[in-house]
Amino acid sequence: MKALVWHGKEDIRCDTVTDPEIQDPRDAIIKVTSCAICGSDLHLFHNFIPGMLPGDIMGHETMGEVVEVGSGVDGKLKKGDRIVVPFTIICGECDQCKRGNFSVCETTNRKRHLADKVFGHTTAGLFGYTHLTGGYPGGQAEYLRVPFADATHIKVPPGMPDEQLLFLSDIFPTGWQAAVQCDIEPTDTVAIWGCGPVGQMAIRSAILLGANQVIAIDCLPERLSMAEAGGATTINFETESVVERLQELTDGKGPEKCIDCVGMEAHVMPSLPDTLLDRAKQMVMAESDRPHVLREMIYVCRPGGIISVAGVYSGLSDMLPMGAFMNKGLTMRTGQTHVNRWTDDLLRRIEEGEIDPSFVITHTVPLAQGPEMYQVFRDKRDSCVKVVLKP
Amino acid sequence: MFHFSNIVRTKGDPKIVEGGPSLKQPADQLARALGWFSIGLGVVELFAPRRVTRTLGMEGHETLVRAFGMREILAGIMSLSVDKNAGLWARVGGDGLDAAALLSGLTADNPKKGNIALALLMVGGIAVLDYRAAQDTKPRRPPRDARRKLYPNRSGFPKGIESARTAARQIAAHAKTNEVKQGDERRVP
Repeated sequence: MKALVWHGKEDIRCDTVTDPEIQDPRDAIIKVTSCAICGSDLHLFHNFIPGMLPGDIMGHETMGEVVEVGSGVDGKLKKGDRIVVPFTIICGECDQCKRGNFSVCETTNRKRHLADKVFGHTTAGLFGYTHLTGGYPGGQAEYLRVPFADATHIKVPPGMPDEQLLFLSDIFPTGWQAAVQCDIEPTDTVAIWGCGPVGQMAIRSAILLGANQVIAIDCLPERLSMAEAGGATTINFETESVVERLQELTDGKGPEKCIDCVGMEAHVMPSLPDTLLDRAKQMVMAESDRPHVLREMIYVCRPGGIISVAGVYSGLSDMLPMGAFMNKGLTMRTGQTHVNRWTDDLLRRIEEGEIDPSFVITHTVPLAQGPEMYQVFRDKRDSCVKVVLKP
Repeated sequence: MFHFSNIVRTKGDPKIVEGGPSLKQPADQLARALGWFSIGLGVVELFAPRRVTRTLGMEGHETLVRAFGMREILAGIMSLSVDKNAGLWARVGGDGLDAAALLSGLTADNPKKGNIALALLMVGGIAVLDYRAAQDTKPRRPPRDARRKLYPNRSGFPKGIESARTAARQIAAHAKTNEVKQGDERRVP
């Protein structure tokens, strides 16, 4: 089969690889009908997250049709079922899964000894996202083996287009969880840093959860226009001061809720010296993340407010203003997304026409064009916001 | 012992049968080679500056050579990173500084001026490669003033934003009513 394979920094190729096979009774194989490039795939493209091996298959936003099931899937899936595959692989049986903390499933990371060493405790296995999270082959391919398939799936109805459902795999529940973690109240202003695909979903989620005002921060006109279309007031951080504008828009009080949809690769600008220093340190491996957004959120957030982190951080962040964080009594909530905790509700909202996540797609191309689309997406060429690949 | 280099792929996972084309261009390979060259030269300049100054007949300039060594190492690291273009331009600038320093030593009384002439020739050659690589690895991001497609009609709410806001307000009001009711019930003895 064809698959997008990681060969090293900025080197992803569309290779021919052997087809996946059932390895465990709880496995299923799907024929991929649609998959997407996620913003967090770019961290791997840049080799900023350790633990990739040349030959690893990329991709964790995938859906398709079941073509083979293992004997232990217990009738929960059958050939011909149409499923979206959550990016977090879950067993559904461990203590964390029973609590709904699916992204920290204790069972599915088959290389948990690595995660135990690096994070202190293992997290769930993830598709196509380094050997720290199991080294599972990803879904930017023609076929995908879904481990623990009896639990790791979202059954979706026939008739609806892939484009409306695909993002249940990651970015929609990720934006949703980021907003839910804010405990939004009807009087709240929610400020969202980053108007990439997850940021766009977080904006819509904050609206659906009843925020009084949503403010979106980015520097790309196409993304800001999409944010505005979704109901946000926008701030272009290249032309305006984020701190001053947020103060203006909140009568000097600051937003009650702040969401980070940027993560470890914050924009580097000479006018923001901390971003230059972070980049230099990241280059010599003295720091793994560029946490400018975290610093800014802590500074502007209203005392007693909540900071929700959906953007991916990989390791060590320097110079976080813990004094302000502590003295302002802020709360920080983070985490990879507990996808299956949210998907029943989100699927219902899509079916009822409350939201249509396909609005975010700007490019749909065959899988073979995937490698160049990584570059287009990374360079923000052709006003690219979200790429869907068709195997 | 745990080390990232000990990671191996799990048996049974798909293996490459036939490789596809790489995104890497010859300029990327050149940038990589120049990056490693820069680090190598920098290490020599940083740790053996006397050897360098003796070869060039420029004794007494060891501190300057050490500083140039640091510059070479930093430019080399940058040339190997995703910001390689900035690293390569830093190297082009560094080539200018190297040439200026070498020219200052090209005096009639320097017995090693032949070595300096050779070094200048090498710096010139490397500068051409640096410049070529810097040109060929220009970031392909559109310029800030480029025309961009805008998406003012992509709300994502098929029933409109106002409908989404109204539904959210109704749910919030409903939740508040329930809260008040539950509070009243709790107060009843």
